Amino acid sequence: MTRVQGFLLAVWEFVVGDDWRTAIGVALALALTALVAAVGISAWWVMPLAVLALLALSIRRAARGA
Amino acid sequence: MSGAELGLALSVFLACTVEAVEALTIVLAVGSTRSWSSAIGGVGAAILALAVIVAALGPAITSLPIDVLRVVVGGLLLIFGLQWLRKAILRAGGLKAKHDESRIYQEEASAARGAGAKSSGFDGYAFTISFKGVLLEGLEVAFIVLTFGANQHRVALAAAAAGLAIVVVIAAGAAARAPLARVPENSLKFAVGVMLISFGMFWGAEGAGASWPGGDAALLAIVPGVLIVAIAMSKTVARASNSGPTVPGVPMTTDAAERARVRA
Repeated sequence: MTRVQGFLLAVWEFVVGDDWRTAIGVALALALTALVAAVGISAWWVMPLAVLALLALSIRRAARGA
Repeated sequence: MSGAELGLALSVFLACTVEAVEALTIVLAVGSTRSWSSAIGGVGAAILALAVIVAALGPAITSLPIDVLRVVVGGLLLIFGLQWLRKAILRAGGLKAKHDESRIYQEEASAARGAGAKSSGFDGYAFTISFKGVLLEGLEVAFIVLTFGANQHRVALAAAAAGLAIVVVIAAGAAARAPLARVPENSLKFAVGVMLISFGMFWGAEGAGASWPGGDAALLAIVPGVLIVAIAMSKTVARASNSGPTVPGVPMTTDAAERARVRA
């Protein structure tokens, strides 16, 4: 592994951590918020629902050892 | 000081306290078993490195357009916060071993004793372990200082809160001359996770174009709301853990992997 690869891996582990699905979920939730807001609908409710679901799923995966 | 600024300072202070307690344990272990001067040298070098990171990245982050900054910062705070809170909930529910600074201290001290002969002057092992321990524990705090501070253009306030936490922990460690085993780390991590998620959700949604009902006052509902959800999830996990069949064969995990990252 080169130093660049090692650095990128360290950044990935630092930012994303041990649950990449949650990171993807956060990105998708922000994109959905932007999409809903762009069509003129109130979009503040998207993030609370998404965070609730992401936290529950993350805990469920961890509890099952997945 | 506004409510948001108070939230900023409190979040950074609590996060920094948790990380400083963990770093202190490592430094105490190698300092007492190897070399205090080398261990303290490692601490100084790590703090210098962290200051350089904050000084270099701070202006770059604050120069981003506000909406981009809020989406990026909100997203990162959410990713961090969800990790902190998930671990805290699993610990509160009994599915993950709680931090035991006394045990970690013994492990680190044992590893330090078995790491070869001590040199009479500069001890590379003590320096390296202290440096890596403080740097790794401090990076998350530096990140939180930068993101919280940049988003409210109060990096100095965030840095001051982090500095105050370090001073308090060092003073407590010097007074106790032992690992700070009685600091309620899980409760602090729980609180920090709630704050990171609340602010991450607020800023992320605003940056993405949403408007919160009541503007900034929405935080007064978001923070307690996230707290209530987190407590409810902890109780659910605890019940499932105690009843057994819901989570069959789940071993209690430890932070051994996290500790292993710190070791040379």
